[in-house]
Amino acid sequence: MKVIEISCLEVWRQVSNYLENDVSAELRERIEAHVKVCAHCKAVVDGTKNVVKLIADGVEYELPQGFSQRLYRKIQDD
Amino acid sequence: MSTPRLNPDPNESELIQRVCAGEKECFYTLVRPYERAVFAAAMSILNNTADAEEVAQEAVLKAFKHLASFRREAKFSTWLVQITINEARLKLRKDRRHLYESVDEPKSDDEGDYIPKDYADWREIPSETLQRRELREALKRALDSLPPKYREVLILRDVQHLSIEETAQALGLTTGNVKTRLLRARMQMRDALAPGIDGSWTSGKTEWERVRPW
Repeated sequence: MKVIEISCLEVWRQVSNYLENDVSAELRERIEAHVKVCAHCKAVVDGTKNVVKLIADGVEYELPQGFSQRLYRKIQDD
Repeated sequence: MSTPRLNPDPNESELIQRVCAGEKECFYTLVRPYERAVFAAAMSILNNTADAEEVAQEAVLKAFKHLASFRREAKFSTWLVQITINEARLKLRKDRRHLYESVDEPKSDDEGDYIPKDYADWREIPSETLQRRELREALKRALDSLPPKYREVLILRDVQHLSIEETAQALGLTTGNVKTRLLRARMQMRDALAPGIDGSWTSGKTEWERVRPW
């Protein structure tokens, strides 16, 4: 069966859902077919995937030093 | 897609019952797995370490006082994050009402489509690159530059790994709103980080080439 074409705009609208695995099998197939032939959309999909991967370790939101001890003390004193 | 990070104590229900029955000392054990989530949730709104710590700690104490009213319709972690979000919004409203207008923002997202601005080709990130100072600094700047309503969903979903439903519950949004904002947050982050992709982070080069088709 021929995969129905999809526009760049539609790929951008769906990129987040695609990464969440929250698209139908048919839409997934269309997006993947599009990305194979469209370098810009491939850059958008790969880049967005990398953003998700990059922030996943949460380094930017580590607890300040002593946070746990201060919290523990507050609970005890409350 | 992402690794769950909110690992509850296996005896969470029992711990809740014990705290409600007066065993105060169990409370820290109950909240300890969520310290980071609570702090990050406060940061997502306040974007200031000292304020976020103050709010996070107040939120935990509030949860302690109101634990008996926890109805188990949501997970304990979501309930805790929800309290934190509310406390953070209250603080923001109190401290900088004139600077932050979107606290009571409408719940609809009627903005148009997000058009990517940069098409730098970004494939696998080598693991050693992840630790590069330039990259981490750029990441922090990109997160700081996001409007709070996008940063909130991004942090709860992609940093703290709440599900879409939990993120919606914690922020008082619909799952549709969360998905719309998540898309925009991720796309904006990608655009903000794209300039370094062909340049310093991956190859040590100091120059990069912006790729624009139009």
